[in-house]
Amino acid sequence: MGLMVDEKDVVLPGQIIAEGMDFLPAMNTYRDENNIVSTRIGFIKMSGRSINVIPLSGPYIPKVGDTVIGRVSNIGLSSWSVNVGYAYEAALSLKDATSEYIQRGSDLSQYYDIGDFVVAKIINVTKMKFMDLTTKGPGLRKLNGGLLVKVTPSKVPRVIGKQGSMISVVKNATNTRIIVGQNGWVWIQGENPEDVKKAAEALLMIDQQAISEGLTDRIEKFLGGKKNDNNNIQEEI
Amino acid sequence: MTTTTYKKRSDGRRFDEPREMEAKVGVVPRADGSAMFKAGKSLAIAAVYGPRQMNPAFMRNPKKGTLRVNYNMMAFSGSGERVRPGPSRRSKEINLVIEKAFEPVIDTTEFSNTAIDLYIDLIQTDAGTRCAAINAATLALADAGINMKEMISAMAIGKVHDKICIDLTKEEEDMEAVDIPIAMTSNSGKVTLLQMDGVISREDLKEVLRQARDATLKVYEVQKKALMEKYGGKNE
Repeated sequence: MGLMVDEKDVVLPGQIIAEGMDFLPAMNTYRDENNIVSTRIGFIKMSGRSINVIPLSGPYIPKVGDTVIGRVSNIGLSSWSVNVGYAYEAALSLKDATSEYIQRGSDLSQYYDIGDFVVAKIINVTKMKFMDLTTKGPGLRKLNGGLLVKVTPSKVPRVIGKQGSMISVVKNATNTRIIVGQNGWVWIQGENPEDVKKAAEALLMIDQQAISEGLTDRIEKFLGGKKNDNNNIQEEI
Repeated sequence: MTTTTYKKRSDGRRFDEPREMEAKVGVVPRADGSAMFKAGKSLAIAAVYGPRQMNPAFMRNPKKGTLRVNYNMMAFSGSGERVRPGPSRRSKEINLVIEKAFEPVIDTTEFSNTAIDLYIDLIQTDAGTRCAAINAATLALADAGINMKEMISAMAIGKVHDKICIDLTKEEEDMEAVDIPIAMTSNSGKVTLLQMDGVISREDLKEVLRQARDATLKVYEVQKKALMEKYGGKNE
């Protein structure tokens, strides 16, 4: 009776998490008569009496308000298509792309060309997952240069850490600029290619060891202590 | 009917003993989810790609994502003759039954209009391939993060001469045998695949179904272990 696993335990699809009516199924769980069952591989996170399973794998599911990194894949008459790591592309329409005045019929590729990477915010998602993006807003822009790495989308909160604690460790130790998109695409830029490489390795390490304890310390150790304490580059997303 | 009795299995197993099983998750690095499942000499590798764009567009389902299965026996996989590569009548049937086997357990409502492609390749076969395929596919789908109510485990149970045997080999299958592949859900033991090749009495079929629960649970243990190996965690 009651809870059959502990907080942070890894559960599998079909695994019974709790028996009885004392708990409520929330994220990635369902009630099967008396039992609460997981539908994903993930770890348990309780919030009061609700049981959540935070997945450890899986695709990105777009949500309104997410800041994502995307790649411009097509240019239309008055919009761009942007690949944000979902099955279908997001639309970035002219009016949401820039506050500049754009002449009718002008060449849109001078703003965002095919292959360009952008940081954008999702402003609308339909039930069918049609997405609208905007690049108007603080921190939203085209990305020039840098390196893109991909982490598991569900582990993005771990990559960022509480109030950005994890990501600032990586940023400070490697002296790089890092933008983490909610879709798991991470952009790294730095003066020194070695530092960028080190930061990318650290990010992949966080991705792999997301559920282990004392990870921040291990990342600090891996990066060889803090290189630049009073780093003035602050780019929280 | 013959009255021959099957006294001893050719590989020395007990009649209710499955072949040695082995599973590994994450064997295809570029896939969104993948797994290997081995039962005796039969070896299946499953890889999941997606949810991704569904083409042709008329096959899109705005209410949910579609699972597309591609079962493929490699040309060199059999123990006898070369298997003719490419889709065949048999592989089409297996694609269909595997799709149907997963339909009751996977939840793709979040992925409207998309396709979830499941490629299963059999690089070595010795009977029971559709079961190995299903076992690998369950792991690959779980690895890919597709919501599943329960996992599925499959096992072929048959009757060789007069004995009900679990997990037939090709050698046994080629004797005077009935072959019944069964897939069951892990918790409730609901049957999601049940096929039969041969003729069997009602009593024997009941006995086969009774034994299927235990046999599929043995498979499930192997599957659980494989997933825990990749995803770790504190328990188990």
